[in-house]
Formats: sequence, structure tokens, C-alpha cells
Amino acid sequence: MKKKNNYLDLFKTFLKIGTFTFGGGYAMLSIIKREVVDNKKWITEKDFTNIITIAESTPGPIAINVATYVGYKTAGNLGSFFATLGTIFSPFIIILILSSILNVVSENEILSNAFWGIRIGAVALIFSVLFNMYKGCKKNIYTYVTIAVSLILLLVLDISSIYIIIGFMALRLIMYAFKSRKERV
Amino acid sequence: MIYLELFLTFLKIGTFTFGGGHAMIPLIQQEVLKNSWMTLEELINFIGISESTPGPFAVNIASFVGYRLAGVWGALVSTIGVILTSFILILIIARVLEKYKDNKVVKYCMEGMQPVIVGLILSAIITMGISVFFPNGIILNTLATIEFWKSTVIFVVAMFMLIKKVHPIKTILASGVLGIILGWII
Repeated sequence: MKKKNNYLDLFKTFLKIGTFTFGGGYAMLSIIKREVVDNKKWITEKDFTNIITIAESTPGPIAINVATYVGYKTAGNLGSFFATLGTIFSPFIIILILSSILNVVSENEILSNAFWGIRIGAVALIFSVLFNMYKGCKKNIYTYVTIAVSLILLLVLDISSIYIIIGFMALRLIMYAFKSRKERV
Repeated sequence: MIYLELFLTFLKIGTFTFGGGHAMIPLIQQEVLKNSWMTLEELINFIGISESTPGPFAVNIASFVGYRLAGVWGALVSTIGVILTSFILILIIARVLEKYKDNKVVKYCMEGMQPVIVGLILSAIITMGISVFFPNGIILNTLATIEFWKSTVIFVVAMFMLIKKVHPIKTILASGVLGIILGWII
């Protein structure tokens, strides 16, 4: 594919993603996966799991991080730019319009029922992201313990995710260091 | 100058929050109130609205606050501010990572982080799930029970569509339509 076409294609794909994502970044991930991995085949499933991991471990909105990364991998620096621009384009315009008619929206019963339904649908979408991420993990005791411990740290102790991510990354590296030392001896 | 102030404030918010839009709420609240840009009530109302409009939450809220204070240009500089750090950082990380993808240390780092991400997503599901299934807290009365079963119907339909590999956009639209129908009948 020519790069020039690629830029336009990236922009259009992420425009579609940005326009139809309700319920924030996590719900967006399942639409991005469908478009970029299943339909366009720009990214492999394994790479997508890695991209989500990076997106969660760096500051900023997850959807923007993923769009930037996918854009870069598909078409370099300018690819990032077009993917990110596509993602924020519709939300930006919609918010500008909404800001002036905010009260109409929040008091309209049909709209608020629709949004209520959409929020529930979004929870279902996030489940599919969960399954994808879980599929990418190695099935061993480390994985199960990490999932359980990080869930407790997040929900019960309310610790910021970045400390948990760094902590477990360090733990895995230490385990690796010990293992390779044993192998050498 | 308001544009510069908006840009710098949202740059700070975008740079120092990990874990996506919802993690930004406390910092946004703090900054907006400190500068007395709007009242707490206005902000909370808008957080509710922005959960119902498409797009990344952080972008929605930055555009909204920016627009309220300084019009279209205000919205633009706030949005650029909130995404700029992640954009540059990801470009750098992507470049480095694509080069060292097969390095053992990088592989172990990723392997160590991935289960945490599963935990993160699971905790987001639990938090969001509670807020949609039990909007008024977990109480047992007839109204709350009806609400709960209505939510369950939509959830089961949405899950079924996803398992059947229906496009997620169609699933979202169907959930919205179901919301209107169920809200109207019962």
C-alpha cells in the first residue's frame, strides 16, 4: 500500500473509531481491535496486546496512546499524527456543539435512556478487551497471582496503577535475573 | 493570558495522569476549582454528559473546559495540551520498542506488566458495572430491582452480540436503542 493512501486510510479508520466510542478509552479498545487487527490487519493480535500494555503504562488518555502507536507502526511519524487527529476529531466537534445546548441533552428523557443503554453496552465491550488481554498472558502462577494482587491494590487500597505496573515489572525482572543466574551455575 | 494558562494546565494534567481519562478526574477537579474556572456542580454535570458522548474522556473534558472559558481556540489549546505529552512519549517509545522487541529484558518487562493490565481492566469493569447496575447504591426495593433487571437484559444482549462477533459499533447502537425501548415501556 502506498504511504499516502495509508495516511488517509488511518485518518478515516480512527475517525470512525472516535465517532462511535462511548464509555471512554477501554470501550474504544475493542473497536480499535476490530478495525485495526481483524479488518485492516495492520497489527497482529500479539502486537496489539503489547500496545495496550504500553498505553496503560504511559501517561495520558489510553485511546490517544493506542492511536499514536498504531499510526506509527503503520505509517511512521505522520501516521501517528493522522491516527490521533482522526480519534479526537468528532469528539471535539461534538463537545463544541454540546457545550451550548448542554441542558437540553441532560433533561431529554429519550436521550438519557439511550445513553443509559450505551453505558451498559460499553461495559460489555470492555469485557471483550479483558478476554483479549488475558489471552495474551502466559498461563502460569505468576499471572494469576499478579491479577489477583493488582485487583486488590487497585480496588481496596486505591493505589495508583503506575506504581503497581512498575512494581510487577521490577518483580518479573528480578525473577528473570535469578533464573538466569541459576542456569549459569 | 487565558490560552497559555489553559494549555499549560491541561499539559500538566495529561502528563501526570496514568491509566486513562477517569484517573484524570481528581486532578482536573483540583485545577479547575483552584483557578475558579467553573463551579463543582458544573463540572460534575459535565462529567456525566461526557460519559455519554463519544471519544476519549480526557479529550471531551479538555474541550469542554477550554470552550467554556475561551471559545473554540480555548478548546483547541486545551485539547492539544492534554494529548501532547502522550503523543511525543509514545512516538519515542514506539521507535525504541520496535527496535528492541526481541530483546529478552524487554520481553520480560512486558510479560511482567500484562497481568497487571488485566487486573486494571477488571477493576474498571467492576467500578463501571456497579455504577450502571446499581446507580443508587446497592439497595433492595422494587424500583431498584426493576432497574437492575432492565440493565441485565441490555448487558446480556450486548454480550451475546459480541460473542457472535457483531461489530462493536453495532453493539453500542443496539444498546442505545434497547435503552430507549426499555426506558419507555417500563
